[in-house]
Amino acid sequence: MKRVLLGLFLVLLGIVTYAALFVRWPVTRDVPWTAFALFVIALVLMIGGLRNAPRKVWPSIVTAIGVALMAFFTVGVTVFTLNLPASQGSPAIGAKAPDFTLPDTNHKSVTLSQLTASSNVLLIFYRGYW
Amino acid sequence: MQPIAISVDTPEQSRDLCNKAGYTFPILSDGNASVIRQYDLLHKGAGENGHDIARPAEFLVDRNGVVRWRNLTEDFRVRATPEQMLAATRSLH
Repeated sequence: MKRVLLGLFLVLLGIVTYAALFVRWPVTRDVPWTAFALFVIALVLMIGGLRNAPRKVWPSIVTAIGVALMAFFTVGVTVFTLNLPASQGSPAIGAKAPDFTLPDTNHKSVTLSQLTASSNVLLIFYRGYW
Repeated sequence: MQPIAISVDTPEQSRDLCNKAGYTFPILSDGNASVIRQYDLLHKGAGENGHDIARPAEFLVDRNGVVRWRNLTEDFRVRATPEQMLAATRSLH
């Protein structure tokens, strides 16, 4: 039972550390290998613990919870984050970038065509800081 | 090359982000997502409390206002790396 519980702890550790920490850097965010590595160790511990347990009811329940959490996380990072709009009307390479004017952090208007008049511009659209 | 970031955040929220992260490039506010719509990047209901936000995307626009490189990620956790963006910029010269 100890091993099974340790396994569940590692599953939770993998999910929490990914969400709170490893999501910050592309090398650990793009493929959540830190969580997946902990999941593998957790699976080995849970299966081993389950086999050796004299009574299987609680170890089975804990293992099932662990597996469900791993599945939920894996589906979350593989399916949910792929769910993006098609953006077929987005300006393609070679197309004119639609001009616009928007306020900056000081409420000062910034116009794309005024910027491109003096330099190349890298437009970075992002989801926002909530 | 001039980087410009755009989101639906208010100028105040963007200013907080600049202060925290130490960004020195302009961050623009597209509160009603009109430019995000113009670029067909609206991700409906994907923000906090079901707000419409932008999907992540990067465009390199040259001095004629023409798109010379773009990156539309298929996974919102995966963005263009600084190296990719710099390589695209260098290819313009």
